[in-house]
Amino acid sequence: MQSPLQAIDLTTSRDQSFVEDVARESGQDLRSCYQCGNCTAGCAYTMNYDIPVHQIMRLVQLGLRDKALSCRSIWLCATCQACTTRCPNNIEVAVVMDVLRHMARRAGHAPERLVKTFTDGFLASVARHGRVFEAGLAACFALKSGKPLQDAGLGPAMLSRGKLAFLPHEPGGNGKAEVAAIFQRFLKDQESGK
Amino acid sequence: MRIGVMVCHCGNNIAATVDCEAVAAAAREFPDVVYATDHMYACSDPGQKTIEQTIRDLKLDGVVVASCSPRMHEMTFRRAVERAGLNRYMFEMANIREHVAWISLDRKRNTQKATDLVRMAVEKLRVDRPLTPKSFDVQKRVLIVGGGVAGIQAALDCADGGLDVLLVERKASIGGIMSKLDKTFPTIDCSVCVLGPKMVDAGQNPRITLHTCSEVEEVSGYVGNFEVKIRKRTTYVDWTKCTGCGACQEKCPSRKVPDAFNENISLTTAINIPFPQAIPKRATINAAHCIRLTKGKCGACAKICPTGAIDYEMQDEIITEKVGAIIAATGITLFDHTRLGEYGAGRYPDVVTSLAYERMLSASGPTAGHIKRPSDGREPKTVVFISCVGSRDRSVDRPYCSGFCCMYTAKQAILTRDHIPDSKAFVFYMDIRANGKGYEEFVRRAQEEYAVEYVRGRVAHIYPTAGPDGGQLMVRGADTLLGAQVEVAADLVVLAVGAESSTGAPELAEKLHISYDHYGFFMESHPKLRPVETNTVGIFLAGACQGPKDIPASVAQASAAAGKVLALLSKDKLESDPQIALVQAIRCIGCGKCERTCPFGAIRMRELRDGSKRAEVVETVCQGCGICSVTCPVRAIQLQHFTDSQLLAEVNALCRTWDETTES
Repeated sequence: MQSPLQAIDLTTSRDQSFVEDVARESGQDLRSCYQCGNCTAGCAYTMNYDIPVHQIMRLVQLGLRDKALSCRSIWLCATCQACTTRCPNNIEVAVVMDVLRHMARRAGHAPERLVKTFTDGFLASVARHGRVFEAGLAACFALKSGKPLQDAGLGPAMLSRGKLAFLPHEPGGNGKAEVAAIFQRFLKDQESGK
Repeated sequence: MRIGVMVCHCGNNIAATVDCEAVAAAAREFPDVVYATDHMYACSDPGQKTIEQTIRDLKLDGVVVASCSPRMHEMTFRRAVERAGLNRYMFEMANIREHVAWISLDRKRNTQKATDLVRMAVEKLRVDRPLTPKSFDVQKRVLIVGGGVAGIQAALDCADGGLDVLLVERKASIGGIMSKLDKTFPTIDCSVCVLGPKMVDAGQNPRITLHTCSEVEEVSGYVGNFEVKIRKRTTYVDWTKCTGCGACQEKCPSRKVPDAFNENISLTTAINIPFPQAIPKRATINAAHCIRLTKGKCGACAKICPTGAIDYEMQDEIITEKVGAIIAATGITLFDHTRLGEYGAGRYPDVVTSLAYERMLSASGPTAGHIKRPSDGREPKTVVFISCVGSRDRSVDRPYCSGFCCMYTAKQAILTRDHIPDSKAFVFYMDIRANGKGYEEFVRRAQEEYAVEYVRGRVAHIYPTAGPDGGQLMVRGADTLLGAQVEVAADLVVLAVGAESSTGAPELAEKLHISYDHYGFFMESHPKLRPVETNTVGIFLAGACQGPKDIPASVAQASAAAGKVLALLSKDKLESDPQIALVQAIRCIGCGKCERTCPFGAIRMRELRDGSKRAEVVETVCQGCGICSVTCPVRAIQLQHFTDSQLLAEVNALCRTWDETTES
């Protein structure tokens, strides 16, 4: 990666296919962003970001692929959509962030390991049970994160309020099979390269 | 008949995709064509000279020029043939630029189409007849709609030039938005002090008649002879008797009326004079709040009025006036910030509009020029200004820049620091648009001399928070230069609301038969070269009704519009266009269909001595639209220069060439 003091050559460092891919996958007109900063102004998580969201939009406009895909911010985005709501140019900024997350995973970037671990565990739980099994997910995340006791203190309180069940509560009827079919379809589409 | 044809290259505009020489060569074979040539620029001086010389040398009696749109140069060529002794209507133009060269790159087919168009023009010219314009008298009076600074300036200039002026204003006083402003940028001079003398002049000039509390109801007629109906809304006060003493306002018991002149941040009485410098300085009763008019009791104003001017029975009045020209100067209104939930949607009293803040700064305003928070009357120590509220914002369908907000925001920030020296002023901006004389320097002064903090970024939201001396407003925004979210705990927030077209602008445009854009701003005839004209002859634009403008630009455009009106009405007679409908009385069966279909009321039915009826065209009213001629069941009405036989000659020419070219 370039040092922050090094000038970025705007012609050679531009990855036009990246700009076009983000525009196509998100369906957003990225050129209409005029960098007013209203997305950052409304962002609920910007204090934890390494790059504020309006600068991520700028990286995408300039086609600076690696910088945009390797940042931590896209993994910390809560998709609360404040940026989308505030944008004066009707850009769905949260969708752009989502597209960047997908592209980052495909490119092998996952600087926030725990976010990836949690997301993977969440999806695996849904695939197996048809809906998320909270206790199983918490246990799985606790083990994989390497900090098994981090959230253990919350357990008793959640149990006493009936927020945590010991056994998975799977959807009735065909629900479980239908959810599983969605996962199957997705995996098949990915294999066939759709 | 002897016809000459000139095919223009228009530099490369036409020649790049049309073989002009080939078109000229083909034209030489058309009937009656005795001469055809091509020319680099037909409209140039040498081009016109060639046309004139050829007409004289070859004794031509008609000319076809194949070049650009008639909207560009028809008059140029008509004058050229006229100089050579031909009637100006013995000329036809084939548009081979906009209709051919600019829309296709296929040189072969372009050349064919250009040839077809020239053939059509030649065939029409063969059946064209000379036409002569008639002249008619003009009314040397002008109607100006809107009494803001643009309308006042246009009225004074027109009156100076010797015209009688009717100045119609919707509100009770002229003065417009400028009369509400405290100071003006970039000189910080008192707004009403510079506007006041002009208002007084407009009020006293014997050539200017003011109609305030009035609106244009209906417009008919045509350039030189418009007939206008004006609705004078009832004021419940006989203004011929009212002296503007203000005694009624002191006695009026209905004292909780939102004061529109003060942007509703203060209260006034049901009968009132809007502001001390009002012209005319006359009282009006706000019927919605008057106790007498709503409940039938009271009558305090009528008792105190020393001249007996109050008349609760007064009704709206409609007057009819004749004018030769009209200037629209209806100005703007401001963006309604209550549409924006993120800025409180009007729920926070200490979030005010820039115009309300002007009233707070003004010595004649409700706080006598002391800046006080509307919520608790405390002097604010931290004031935040937010730019582009309802400007450059596609999400609220206002993508345009209002142009003047950057400047008035800098002015208001300077005045804030001037009025309250221990205050802090922050301006959230996206870009600073300061492209007027002395404007950029003024914005720099705000930052350098008055230490106004400019923050480059938009504000996402405002929420109430507890402050050390009462409630404050937390303003959360971004500083994009810093790349960070920022917040300011403000005592007062001023929204730089953008410009919108005046309320009712589209309706007025339709009455005037002029065009308006998606946002309700009136369309000029050409954005660069005819900026004060409209596409309706005799109707002109002044000020921000055409698009957001600051005071200097509005005044300049008002004087420009006045200049255009003075030039138009300097003539005693105007020439009418002879391309109008004409009735062949011998064919007319008097069915009256044309009279009913004419959108301009230009057809009258005349009764003959035997009692039968015939249609008759009022030449000055007819606009040459041609609706009557397609309505007539017996082809008795023909539009001159576009008669059935002339149009059919063109169609026949086209169909014949179509046969030839589609054979292969």
